[in-house]
Amino acid sequence: MNVSLKVWRQDGPAAAGEFTMYEATDISSEMSFLEMLDVVNEELIARGEVPIEFDHDCREGICGMCSLMIDGIPHGPQRSTATCQLHMRKFKDGAVITVEPWRAAGFPIVRDLVVDRSAFDRIIEAGGFISVATGSAPEANLIPVPREAAEAAMDAASCIGCGACVAACPNGAAQLFTAAKITQLNLLPQGQPERWSRTVNMVDTMEEYFGSCTNIGECASACPQDISLDFIALMNRDYARGMVRQRRLTGQRS
Amino acid sequence: MTLDSKVPEGALADKWEGYRFDMKLVAPTNRRKFKIIVIGTGLAGGSAAATLGELGYDVDVFTYHDSPRRAHSIAAQGGINAAKNYRGDGDSIFRLFYDTIKGGDYRSREANVYRLAEVSNEIIDQCTAQGVPFGREYGGLLDNRSFGGVQVSRTFYARGQTGQQLQLGVYSALARQVGLGSVKLHTRAEMLEVVLKTGQAVGVVVRDLTTGEISTHSAHAVVLATGGYSNAYYLSTNAMACNGTAVWRAYRKGAQFANASFTQIHPTCIPASDEFQSKLTLMSESLRNDGRIWVPEKAEDPRPAGQIPDAERDYYLERRYPSFGNLVPRDVASRAAKQQIDQNKGVGPLHNGVYLDFHDSIERLGRDVIEARYGNLFEMYQRITDENPYETPMRIYPAPHYTMGGLWVDYELMTTVPGLYSIGEANFSDHGANRLGASALMQGLADGYFVLPYTIANYLAGYLNTDPVSTDDPVFHEAEREVTDRLNRFLGINGSRSVDWFHRELGKILIEHCGMARNASGLEKALSEIPALREEFYQDVRVLGENETLNQSLEKAGRVADFFEMGELMCRDALHREESCGGHFREEYQTEDGEALRRDEEFAHVASWEWTGTDTEPNLHKEELEFENVELTTRSYK
Repeated sequence: MNVSLKVWRQDGPAAAGEFTMYEATDISSEMSFLEMLDVVNEELIARGEVPIEFDHDCREGICGMCSLMIDGIPHGPQRSTATCQLHMRKFKDGAVITVEPWRAAGFPIVRDLVVDRSAFDRIIEAGGFISVATGSAPEANLIPVPREAAEAAMDAASCIGCGACVAACPNGAAQLFTAAKITQLNLLPQGQPERWSRTVNMVDTMEEYFGSCTNIGECASACPQDISLDFIALMNRDYARGMVRQRRLTGQRS
Repeated sequence: MTLDSKVPEGALADKWEGYRFDMKLVAPTNRRKFKIIVIGTGLAGGSAAATLGELGYDVDVFTYHDSPRRAHSIAAQGGINAAKNYRGDGDSIFRLFYDTIKGGDYRSREANVYRLAEVSNEIIDQCTAQGVPFGREYGGLLDNRSFGGVQVSRTFYARGQTGQQLQLGVYSALARQVGLGSVKLHTRAEMLEVVLKTGQAVGVVVRDLTTGEISTHSAHAVVLATGGYSNAYYLSTNAMACNGTAVWRAYRKGAQFANASFTQIHPTCIPASDEFQSKLTLMSESLRNDGRIWVPEKAEDPRPAGQIPDAERDYYLERRYPSFGNLVPRDVASRAAKQQIDQNKGVGPLHNGVYLDFHDSIERLGRDVIEARYGNLFEMYQRITDENPYETPMRIYPAPHYTMGGLWVDYELMTTVPGLYSIGEANFSDHGANRLGASALMQGLADGYFVLPYTIANYLAGYLNTDPVSTDDPVFHEAEREVTDRLNRFLGINGSRSVDWFHRELGKILIEHCGMARNASGLEKALSEIPALREEFYQDVRVLGENETLNQSLEKAGRVADFFEMGELMCRDALHREESCGGHFREEYQTEDGEALRRDEEFAHVASWEWTGTDTEPNLHKEELEFENVELTTRSYK
C-alpha cells in the first residue's frame, strides 16, 4: 500500500516548525506505524536528508515512550492502542496521514516529533510514592489487601505515562495521569499514611505545569491503557478532603 | 591476572551474613562525603540509586530515556520469583537456589545464587510495601503462579505487567529521593566512556542527547546497570534503544567480560511478519501454563489449525518431556521449536512458528478464567497479528531475549576494575548458561536494593576523606576527547548506507551462527565476516545531521559500532566453549537423542575475557566453578 505523510519538522525548541510531505510507497499492511516511519527514514537517509526524529522504544505498548498525534488523535485511530502497536492495516491505501508531536504547553518540543515530558517526573517526585526505606518493609502477607482494592489499584497503575491524555485535552491538563498514580496508592492500605499530603502535593505540582480540568473526557478516550475518568473523581474527592485535613482551606498552616 | 571471586568463607547459608558482619561500614554521617555514579534506571540501577540516596550517599544517576520509568525492565510480563513458600508446596531458599543453579546448567557461582535466593523474600516485602499491586486471592493475601523449569508455585505477578509494576515501584522510590535532593537525576543523558585513573574507576563521560553537550562527572565509585546486549542480534525482544555501549566501553578500559555467548532465546515470541520488522514481541511464558504447544505431524501441512485432527498433531514437548511437558526451561523449549521448523513443520504464512493452543484449557476452565489470566496478552497478540487466540491457536517462535553473559563481577558485584560495579543483566552472575523465567526481575532488584548498597561500602570505606579525582584532571580531558573524536568520526564518514542497514547485516550473521545452535565452522565464518562488516561500516556508513541537536542516527551509530565488537566476542566465547550447556548449544556436543552434552571436566568454569585491542584476540581467564552444595547432574526434564 501507499500513503502520504504530512509530518511536522522542527529543528529545535526555539526554531519555527512546518509540515513537510513525504511519500511512503510499497508499504506492507502488516507493518506497524513506526516501522513504516523507519522505512521512510531509511529513504530519507539514502537521499541525504536528515531523518525524522520520533520517540519510541519498547514497541510493545508498555514503556510509554512513543507518542505522535496521528490525524489529530493521540496514538492514532485505533482505540486503546499506543502508536507502536498501531498497524498500517488500519489505514486506507492512498491515505494522507498527518503526523504531529504532542501539542501541549506542558510538553515543549525538543525536535520534530519529540517532546519533553519531564514535568510528569516532577509530579511523581512531589508525592507519587509510599515512603518505605529499603529493608524496612514488613512481611508482605502481614497486611491483607482486599482483592477488589488490589485490582482497582492495578487498573490505575497500568498507566504508561505516555502523555496522550495531556495531548488530547483542549486545556492541556494532566488530571488523568496524576489521578491514576494518586488513586493507585490511595486505594491500598500501604498508601494511607501519606494519603492526604500525597494528593495535595501532587495536584499542586501538576497545576504548576499543566492546564486545568473542565471534565471534557478526551483524556480517557485517548488513553492507550483505558484509564478511567472515575480516577479523576476519586482524586478530586481526596484533594478536597486533604485540603480540609491539612487545614489549608482556611489559610492555616498545617 | 587471577580472578578472585571473593566468596566468603563458611557454610553456604552463612556466607552472606558473615560477609555483612566482616565488611567495612561507612557511618551515616560520613556517607554524604562519597559521590557515587549510577548508570541506568531500570530495576537494578533505579533501586540501587534510590537505596544509596536513602542511605545518605551523594548519588548522580543517568539514563538515556526521557524518564527513569521507561527502562526495558518495564516490559517483563510474567512475574518475579521468591522463596516465600506461601503455597506450602515444598519451596525453600535452598530449593530456589538449587533450581536456579540447575536451570543455569551448573555454570554459575554457588555463593552468589544462594544470596539471590536468600534476599528474594525481602524483595517481595519491599515491593508490596511500596504499593506494587501484586495479584491477590480473595482473602487478600498474595497469589502465586508457576513458571517454566520448576515444580513449585513461587512466582508473584501483577497481571501480565509485573515488570512494569516493579519498575514503577523502583521509579517511585527513586523519584522520592530525587524530590528530597539526595539523588541527582540526569535524563536523556547517555554514558559514552568510563574514566580510569591508575586503574581505578573515577568517573564517566556523558552526552546530553538533546543538545549534544559532552560532560564529565567524577565519583568515588561508578555502577553500571545498563542491561543486556540481545540487540546485537538486531531482531530481539529488547527495546529499540537497549545497547551494550556502557559495558563495552568498560570492557575496553579493562573490565573483563564473562560468558559472552550465554544468550537466551525466549520460546514464546510472535513470529516476524515481514522483513521490515524492527523488533519481536515477546509474550509471557506463563502462557505455557495453560497453552499446549504443537505442530502438524506431517511436514508442510497446508491445513489451518482447526482442520487438523488431534491424532495428526505432534504435541512434541509433552511427548518428549512427559514430566515437565510444556513447562520445560526456555532453552529446551526454544531448541525444540527450531527443530520442528527445520523439519518444515512450521506454521503461519511464513512457516516460521509453532502453535500454542488454548482450546483445551478454555474447555476445561472456561473462557473467563483464561481471560482473567492472560486477557492482556491475548489482546496484544490480536492487535499485532489480527488473529483471535480464543478461537485460533497462537503462533509462536523463539527470539533473542536476555543475555546471561556480561561484565565479570566478584561476590561484591565489583568488576575487575576497582571502583567499577556492574549489577542486573549487565553483569554475568547468577543465571549461568540459562536463566529461569521470573528470575531477571528478582536479580535486578536483589542487586540494586539488597546487595550493592552493602558491598559498595566495603570499598568506599577505604577512601574516607579523600576527594574524588577532579574533572580537570588530564584523564577526564583525554576521555572527553576520545568521545568527541568518535562522534566526529561517525559524522565525517558520509558513506552510502544507514546505521540500521549495518545493524541488520550483523544481526543476520549472529542469529545464523551464534543463535540457538552453534558449530565451529559457523562460528569461524562469523569471526571472519564480522570484522569485514565492521571495516565496511567505518568506510561506508552515513550519519546525517550534527552532534549539537537530538540525533538518533548518531546515537545508534555508536551503539552499533560497539555491537560489532561484542558480536565478535560472543562468537569467540561460543567457539571456546566446546560443550553444550543451557542456552549455548554446540551441535558437535549433543547426546544421541539430541540433548545438550555438558563437559564438566573441561568447562565447569566462567570464561572471562580481557580486551587487548580492536584487532587482536582477547586474553582468556578462567574462574573455576566449585560446587560444594549441589551435585552436577545432567538436566533431565523428561
